[in-house]
Amino acid sequence: MSSTFDTVANIIAETCDIPREQIKPESHAIDDLGIDSLDFLDIAFAIDKAFGIKLPLEEWTQEVNDGKATTDQYFVLGNLCTQIDSLVAAKGA
Amino acid sequence: MRLEYFQLIDRIVSFDRAEQTIRVEAQVPTASTVFEGHFPGLPLMPGVLLIEAMAQSSGWLLIALNRFTRMPFLAAVKEAKLRTFVTPGQSLLISAGLVHEGSGYAVTRASIEVEGKAVCGAEITFRIVPFPNESFRASMDSLARSIGFPMEAAVDG
Repeated sequence: MSSTFDTVANIIAETCDIPREQIKPESHAIDDLGIDSLDFLDIAFAIDKAFGIKLPLEEWTQEVNDGKATTDQYFVLGNLCTQIDSLVAAKGA
Repeated sequence: MRLEYFQLIDRIVSFDRAEQTIRVEAQVPTASTVFEGHFPGLPLMPGVLLIEAMAQSSGWLLIALNRFTRMPFLAAVKEAKLRTFVTPGQSLLISAGLVHEGSGYAVTRASIEVEGKAVCGAEITFRIVPFPNESFRASMDSLARSIGFPMEAAVDG
């Protein structure tokens, strides 16, 4: 998870011009870091490329809109990295 | 090409599903009110409209790849380079290829050539959503047929 987090944090820092030291596993991408939906597209593109996966953003958005999930589950960076690790593992399975 | 109506595509020349590419032709009109202001005494195709032409070409590529089920909307333009002037009457060959298809978004790389010479290029990001309503989809369907959109290859191929 730590290397996943480092990669994601570096992507966010570079994409959104946020100081790297402000980006922590407990940071919420939207509420704490102020990342908007357009910037998150850039981040998703970079994550997809870096890990060779396809973040299921539409599915996550639908789950949040339907009240079946909270934004914390997908946008708190530690949780996001867990999701990424699961997607990477599923790809290799 | 009708600049005032934002119709910047004349004809789809080819679509390759396997290669995820499209090529489109467009003829810059010899006269347009746009040229009265851009610029008096030096009519030039506005760079923003060249970018729009690349975005529309990319958009048709994405519609074809999604088999006319979803609509791309322009979200971001990166690394746009306008290399030379484009003047009234010139013929454009616009090429676009898929760089990445994500969940609810896609990224393309597009470029324009005039007589084999590179004119401009950009990386373009789109949000991709279901067609907002049936009448809009029908209007896109009609427009698609008017520009030679490869319906069979795009929908069934």
